[in-house]
Amino acid sequence: MKFEKPAEMNPIDRMKVVGQPIRRIDGELKVSGQAKYAYEWHDPAGSHAYGYPVGSAIAKGRILSIDSKAAQRSPGVLKIVTTLDVGDREKGKFNTAKLFGGSEIQHYHQAVAVVVAETFEQAREAAALLKIEYAEEAGSFSLKEGKLSAVKPKDAGGSEPDTSVGDFAGAFRSAEVTLDEEYSTPDQSHSMMEPHASLAAWDGDELTLWTSSQMIDWWRGDLAATLGIDKGKVTLMSPFIGGGFGGKLFLRVDAVLAAFAAKAIGRPVKVALPRPLMANNTTHRPATIQRIRIGASRDGKISAIGHESWSGDLAGGQPEAAVMQTRLLYAGENRMTAMRLATLNLPEGNAMRAPGEAPGLMALEIAMDEMAEKLGMDPIEFRKLNDTQVDPENPDRPFTQRNLNGCLDLGAERFGWKNRGKPGSRMEGNMLIGMGVAAAFRNNLLLPSAARVRLDRSGILTVETDMTDIGTGSYTIIAQTAAEMLGLPINRVAVHLGDSRFPVSAGSGGQFGANCSTSGVYAACLKLREAIAAKLGFNSADAVFADGEVRLGNRTVPLTDAVGPDGLTGEDGVEWGDLSETHQQSTFGAHFVEVGVDRFTGETRIRRMLAVCAAGRILNPITARSQIIGAMTMGVGGALTEELAVDERRGFFVNHDLAGYEVPVHADIPHQEVIFMDEADPYSSPIKAKGVGELGLCGVSAAIANAIYNATGVRLRRYPLTLDKMLHQLPEVA
Amino acid sequence: MPRLVHLEVSRRDLLKSSAATIAATGVAGVGAAQPAEDKMKSSNTVSFTVNGKAEKLELDNRTTLLDALREHLHMTGTKKGCDHGQCGACTVLVAGQRINSCLSLAVMHEGDEITTIEGLGQPGALHPMQTAFVKHDGFQCGYCTPGQICSSVAVLEEIKANIPSHVTKDMQAKVTATPEEIRERMSGNICRCGAYSNIIEAITDVAGSRA
Repeated sequence: MKFEKPAEMNPIDRMKVVGQPIRRIDGELKVSGQAKYAYEWHDPAGSHAYGYPVGSAIAKGRILSIDSKAAQRSPGVLKIVTTLDVGDREKGKFNTAKLFGGSEIQHYHQAVAVVVAETFEQAREAAALLKIEYAEEAGSFSLKEGKLSAVKPKDAGGSEPDTSVGDFAGAFRSAEVTLDEEYSTPDQSHSMMEPHASLAAWDGDELTLWTSSQMIDWWRGDLAATLGIDKGKVTLMSPFIGGGFGGKLFLRVDAVLAAFAAKAIGRPVKVALPRPLMANNTTHRPATIQRIRIGASRDGKISAIGHESWSGDLAGGQPEAAVMQTRLLYAGENRMTAMRLATLNLPEGNAMRAPGEAPGLMALEIAMDEMAEKLGMDPIEFRKLNDTQVDPENPDRPFTQRNLNGCLDLGAERFGWKNRGKPGSRMEGNMLIGMGVAAAFRNNLLLPSAARVRLDRSGILTVETDMTDIGTGSYTIIAQTAAEMLGLPINRVAVHLGDSRFPVSAGSGGQFGANCSTSGVYAACLKLREAIAAKLGFNSADAVFADGEVRLGNRTVPLTDAVGPDGLTGEDGVEWGDLSETHQQSTFGAHFVEVGVDRFTGETRIRRMLAVCAAGRILNPITARSQIIGAMTMGVGGALTEELAVDERRGFFVNHDLAGYEVPVHADIPHQEVIFMDEADPYSSPIKAKGVGELGLCGVSAAIANAIYNATGVRLRRYPLTLDKMLHQLPEVA
Repeated sequence: MPRLVHLEVSRRDLLKSSAATIAATGVAGVGAAQPAEDKMKSSNTVSFTVNGKAEKLELDNRTTLLDALREHLHMTGTKKGCDHGQCGACTVLVAGQRINSCLSLAVMHEGDEITTIEGLGQPGALHPMQTAFVKHDGFQCGYCTPGQICSSVAVLEEIKANIPSHVTKDMQAKVTATPEEIRERMSGNICRCGAYSNIIEAITDVAGSRA
């Protein structure tokens, strides 16, 4: 099915199941420990052995030799497979750093060997016995230094590294009120709870891999390329994923090591990355340095807006696209953006939840707050005044829907924004209290997605697609979609996901999963409806599927009779026309935060949080709300604590575990409120939904920074906003 | 540049020194009871009950309680998030008390009664806390969830037993299951999906219905 025209009324609009607050259909499995994650498939293909990975102890250079004699003699050891043994390998197309193979070391904790033994304990002990000789080379590890020699990137992730509209420099120079500030965001770690893990089993030249992947088909292709086998020989299973946030978008080394090791011993092998290996072995969100310039008239109209960003990555990598939101978020006739990329020898920088948008808005939305302050305007009024209903770079291109102002207004009313005082004016006990706001903004992306649906004679509708559920609620919203399309209650729908034998879906990433995968299911269900109608001699366009029956005129047939003893199947996918080119599809929101800052210690505590979101049709308010509060929580970490500390001499992230890399815990997070605007966007898909998973993170950290300013009068521009950066600036304690 | 440091210390030397340390701190007898053979036995038999069922396992001494459950008993409801006591995903109940099972060797649990997420309840017969987590959507990916649930069941017992926490303001008064108390006590269980707000609602719901 090609989606080329805005959607008209269709069976989804009935909203009997879609849009309803239905509890997760996999919920009982998850709360009772019955959901099986990658490392938990015991002997699905014969008794398995354990692989323990070994990471490089240098950041850059070559391996001269690996002495594995002592390890080989260690009790229980079956095999040691080293990066020298497997030799140079084709790198998968989605990764920047090579995962395994050859003598070159590109980053710290790059996998250099896997030790295979009968038990986990034996493998771990022997892994410590490898003697590896390196020739270490000097590397670049400091973004601050790298910024000086950063270059215009060839590949900016499909967008232009430099943009320019009008005369930015002239307009900025002549503006009545201007802001020119630098901001910085640190390297951040996905730190999902389930470590990367895989179990590999070979049957002749065919590989089956149980793993933890957001994107089944991408992994399948890249794994086959790395192993040097045909993609068709690889089967991937990933029915449950213990979080991803972008960290499981691209093939990871646990899969490669398990596959090589299993091949080497002729038995299944499973490998998990030990937590302390994850931060440096896998990808991270790269640090940025950003410069923002805004010029406006005294009445608050933006005439010039410029955003530049510097980030680093391994050679061949991409910039963190922190300036992209500035191209679309606010009006202004004269505009510029630029991205510059430094070559750094840190681990691979790549997508983490709201890549580009999150760090970009962390800076831009502080800048907007600062600019409002300079203008003497309320920051909500300043944003509303500079709203645009069209792409500011191309006014012929309208937004399909854009209710940012509505989100700001409703949020202000619900949050009690009118009670916000001047900076440093409100105190309770030892706490300085302040409120902050920021806009949330993230585009809606469209990827092809397919599914197969089958209705059997007992009336069970089974959906199969390689879509993944990384906690987002895919199982549930796919079941809702299929139930709505066939007029069945949700308990008659079974959903099977994360299996490469199923039709290829959009996968989970970029907040495109929900809208695209349900559109694929919609397309497959249309095919099934046609098959059912054809069998009954009905015109499928006029047939009504409801209450377990199919109706046409005064004829009514139970679906169980209609499909016959063998059941019926429908398979199709959605592909996209140019609606996202002629129109700008985006999601919007407003984040409101109240903080308390200890006037003696500078410690910040979050007291209240509210997000108001306008993101098209909400398929399930329970799971969508969870996405938003989860993202708000991640935004608290991004604002206050999260930072991968770089050892700039040796070139690695020092705090590479969950004790050193501080993500929010229960005590950091208050009760959170979320409001969804009632929307349905006919341009986005037949489902009329858009994504919410990344929208929820966009702007949160800046809202916290702005709340800290309102509480204390201290403006912080370098994340994380820790007390050491604030202490010397806090108001005098009387 | 070889990175490996060989510690030229045998297990026997280690045992001797730890026995000396124990004696020096006045807790005699624990280390001294170990046989001082040259060839230490690297595995032992341990018996405990898991969810009421007696289990007897021959285990490598280095096997954690977590790996005994997951890799030997194939009870994978208990999760390994960090293996270093930093995340709480491996929380189980031993004699009703919550522990990080990754920080505890299985052979230390001779005779213990262990309760895991599987023992709290199963689909169709869920524990009230499991039901509350589903009702309030107290999870997303589900990986930290068994640990959150085991921890929260123990937290309510700790509050009931009047055990104070860091945020308990009045040490004379009875401890109550306020959101603040629950948040403080649950802070060893990390949820990266960020379901905290919903988890507190689930726990408060159960606490309220028990009160």
